[in-house]
Amino acid sequence: FPAELPPLPARSALSAAEILRYSRQLVLPELGVRGQLRLARSSVLVVGCGGLGCPLAQYLAAAGVGRLGLVDHDVVETSNLQRQVLHGEARRGRPKARSAAAALRRLNSAVQYVPYRGALRPRSALRLVRQYDIVADCSDNVPTRYLVSDACVLAGKPLVSGSALRLEGQLAVYNYRGGPCYRCLFPEPPPPDTVTNCADGGVLGVVTGIIGCMQALEVLKIASGMGSSFGGYMLMFDALEGRFRNIKLRPRKADCAVCGDNPSVTCLQDYEAFCGSSATDKCRALRLLPSGDRVSVQQYKELLDARVPHVLLDVRPQVEAEICRLQHALHIPLRSLEEKDEQALQRLQKRICEEKQRTDDQTPLPVYVVCKLGNDSQKAVKILQELPAEEFGSVLAKDIKGGLMAWATKIDSTFPQY
Amino acid sequence: ESFPLSVLVHCFYFRGGAELLFDGVKKHQVTLPCQPEPWDIRNLLKWIKQNLLKERPELFLQGESVRPGILVLINEADWELMGELDYKLQDQDNVLFISTLHGG
Repeated sequence: FPAELPPLPARSALSAAEILRYSRQLVLPELGVRGQLRLARSSVLVVGCGGLGCPLAQYLAAAGVGRLGLVDHDVVETSNLQRQVLHGEARRGRPKARSAAAALRRLNSAVQYVPYRGALRPRSALRLVRQYDIVADCSDNVPTRYLVSDACVLAGKPLVSGSALRLEGQLAVYNYRGGPCYRCLFPEPPPPDTVTNCADGGVLGVVTGIIGCMQALEVLKIASGMGSSFGGYMLMFDALEGRFRNIKLRPRKADCAVCGDNPSVTCLQDYEAFCGSSATDKCRALRLLPSGDRVSVQQYKELLDARVPHVLLDVRPQVEAEICRLQHALHIPLRSLEEKDEQALQRLQKRICEEKQRTDDQTPLPVYVVCKLGNDSQKAVKILQELPAEEFGSVLAKDIKGGLMAWATKIDSTFPQY
Repeated sequence: ESFPLSVLVHCFYFRGGAELLFDGVKKHQVTLPCQPEPWDIRNLLKWIKQNLLKERPELFLQGESVRPGILVLINEADWELMGELDYKLQDQDNVLFISTLHGG
């Protein structure tokens, strides 16, 4: 990360060009010239240039904030474009922090942009956060959320935190005017397998847009001196119901590990170890089965070409099977298997029977299980291995490693990736 | 302590992904049966485990409380302000369970 930034100069007046540019907000008595001058002296660190960070940075740049630090370790991917609205098609493969800075520079060249191409890490986070007045958490994973919050407490900076998933969003302002920090609310991290990322759960771009804009609003209110409405409150947005809720939060906790009266966290820690998960939103690759119970997509392709009798079982959710599927696969969602859904099991039994009739030998019939990435399919194999042999006959359940996405990258490039 | 014999009616919203544990149903209007001791959140969680939560309770509960990462709101306020597990439920109370979101 670059060296220390010089402080933004104090300003006593706006230029004629600035007056014209910001005239529609200058006439707001709540903001006025005084508020605009404060904005011009303010620096904001944006952690994450994705679905939340893009709209947030866009509105802050347009409004004339003095300096925007833009942190992101990732590069622009095609599946980002639906919500990460600063990055265009031509930016694919480029670092998000730089792509965002370039787009913002076209919008308002008077703002200073400082792209940081790398993840926020415990080693460097505090030094970085200290150089900014306000921090916006637009990240996508649990360890980073704890890291950002602790750094803000240690550096004494207000934290405007947003998050979104599926059709819901949340926003809170932590460590602000004596209010609680993230750890006051969540002293313990959630178990890793209860956390859903945007790739698995999905997210609507408008939802991250709404929460990102709300974050920008609170940043602007703090920076300009109006003050935030969300110190001690959390906003919950339900896009499906079209409903916003304001939840009154607990006050700062005297026994909080970082902002409490006798803090045990006095320097930044290893947050990936603390949370038991990595500081990205990439999907985890589980290893639930011994390698003997798994085949590669190449091995499966060879079996398919050799017309070896088998059943291919696709265990993805219905909504994903509607996106794309292998035509010869039997589709039964993992959830139906877990619930031992009778109809679903009958369909499986019927298909196994049909396939067995095509073989004359007594060897167990292979059932290959596939999902998107090869995690759910392993869970399904475990369920199949426990099915009663008297009903299902002898079957040999195996998982296809890497799932349909591996099939798409290694076997059939025309198969859709999502 | 005497307890009114009238039934208690509560709404539960399992938001932020928590509803996926409850068969995708977000809102549960429930009637809690009469019992000698008053209904508090501790008892309510036990009742939920037995009556609403059919699978994988560990994704929702830990010990006698909710698992880390789930925020409990009583009438739209953080349960920490209301006594947490010891809060005595009132008729028509609104209890929300929200799993925090981390995506962006």
